Amino acid sequence: MKLTLRILLFAFAFILLPITGLFAADTPAIDTGTTAWMLTSTALVLLMVPGLAMFYGGLVRTKNVLGTMMHSFAAMGIMTVMWIVCGYSMAFGGNVLGGWFGWNPDYFLLSGIDDKVMDAGIPEYIFSMFQAKFAIITPALIAGAFAERVSFKGYCFFIALWGVLVYNPLCHWVWASDGFLFNLGAKGAIDFAGGTVVHISAGVSGLVAVLFLGARKSHPHLPMRPNNLVMTMIGAGLLWVGWFGFNAGSSISSGLATAQALTATQAAAAAGALAWVIIEGLHQGKATAIGFVSGVLAGLVAITPAAGVVKPGGALILGALATGICYLAIMLKNKLGYDDTLDAFGIHGAGGIVGAIFLTFFIRESWMTDAANIAGGSWSIWQQLGVQGWAVGIAIAYSAIGTLLILFVLNKFMKIRSSEESEMRGLDNSYHGERGYGMINPN
Amino acid sequence: MKLIIAIIRENQLDQVRESLIAAGISRITVNHVSGHGRATTEEIYRGQKVVPNLVPNIRLEIAVNDEFVNITSNAILQATKANDGGLIGSGKIFITPLEEVIRLRTGERGSEAI
Repeated sequence: MKLTLRILLFAFAFILLPITGLFAADTPAIDTGTTAWMLTSTALVLLMVPGLAMFYGGLVRTKNVLGTMMHSFAAMGIMTVMWIVCGYSMAFGGNVLGGWFGWNPDYFLLSGIDDKVMDAGIPEYIFSMFQAKFAIITPALIAGAFAERVSFKGYCFFIALWGVLVYNPLCHWVWASDGFLFNLGAKGAIDFAGGTVVHISAGVSGLVAVLFLGARKSHPHLPMRPNNLVMTMIGAGLLWVGWFGFNAGSSISSGLATAQALTATQAAAAAGALAWVIIEGLHQGKATAIGFVSGVLAGLVAITPAAGVVKPGGALILGALATGICYLAIMLKNKLGYDDTLDAFGIHGAGGIVGAIFLTFFIRESWMTDAANIAGGSWSIWQQLGVQGWAVGIAIAYSAIGTLLILFVLNKFMKIRSSEESEMRGLDNSYHGERGYGMINPN
Repeated sequence: MKLIIAIIRENQLDQVRESLIAAGISRITVNHVSGHGRATTEEIYRGQKVVPNLVPNIRLEIAVNDEFVNITSNAILQATKANDGGLIGSGKIFITPLEEVIRLRTGERGSEAI
């Protein structure tokens, strides 16, 4: 994604500034193959959001099933509108305010890209919508951390602000051609499809939000069991399928790079799942279904930043390693007793950090050779490790501070945390006036 | 021996359970039931307010020895009073005599088996 993106975004600078038809002759031809795959990828990534709604929805108690699913669905509404209004511009416009975020007036309401074709041979609308899906799923992931105890209104305002102040700047730094992390080191910090931008930022923000909002009322002395693991399994399946759009689509091409990313994605997901089953089998004596899908997610999260640069062998190791560390992270959570309800940090934060750091040891040789050429002779994995460390550290620090600020200020205007009464009544009844199921499952 | 049957609001199950456990009553059976009281609850279906004619509630069944009847019903009473808002539809407690209890595992009968 990086190299292509760098070239094509560079080209925009020349194509987009004068909005006239004069340059029509220079417009690259549409590559129907790439366009078709990117359309598919865009749809696949969107499919992950209802997938996530089912995954999270099945894990909460019956009285919160709709409210939890609505967290994902609300993100589809809010983040899409925000993306069209200002998100795309902030993420992929030219540097403003010292590179804090980007801005390009042509991207306001996407008004200037109506007939633009990117150098990759796809209409820019597709790229913009593809990226919009990432902006949707990231805040939806955070919702897993503070599930079962936030007011719907507070959540909506939180994700809108979070998108503007945390996601868009991070996305700009990592993926825009003039973003500073994009240009760190020889070939930039490696974040193929969103290890830092999506998973670390969502995981860390979730953790900060949990610490800010506090645990659920009966945590941890009353057991709070999932209402429908069947739905969780289906949701995890949709996430796995959708992840091919997420990763393989992030090559913004339909060719070799796509195939490499797709293969690495499948390898890491499977390795992660098996590793979880084995660890849990040895540790608890049973291989749970929720454990299997947690392993799938840990593997997928870890391969997300790495899919463009690691080979299948490395992907297997990365997936299994991520599972091991996520498993430990969740055990540690239970020891420390904070209430990251659906393990947004345990899976996405920990898995994202593992992926973004340890991918360094599995980078394919051709990438390192390229990097060495750009750096003018040599580029070692230790130098790249430093770059990755910086990117991870900055993502953690920025999302933690940003989230804390947003919550602190927003909490002055409205109660983000549910009242005790609404929490006991359940999100469904309190905020939506509905119930998820007929008569199954008391509690 | 008495059988205590309590019909309570769905949202108060957690607090009633906590209160019962605090009072030392941990052997309970919980059902999801629906029925008519005097309460009418509005729900929203596709933007329209509807009043379902059967209201979902929680039904607890607790078999106790005579000396625990007041402890149990007070625990339920206290828990349901909190956060209730004083609206109709809080529910009821029924107390009936209980003729015999048999524990399946051991075959014990009567007070011992509760």
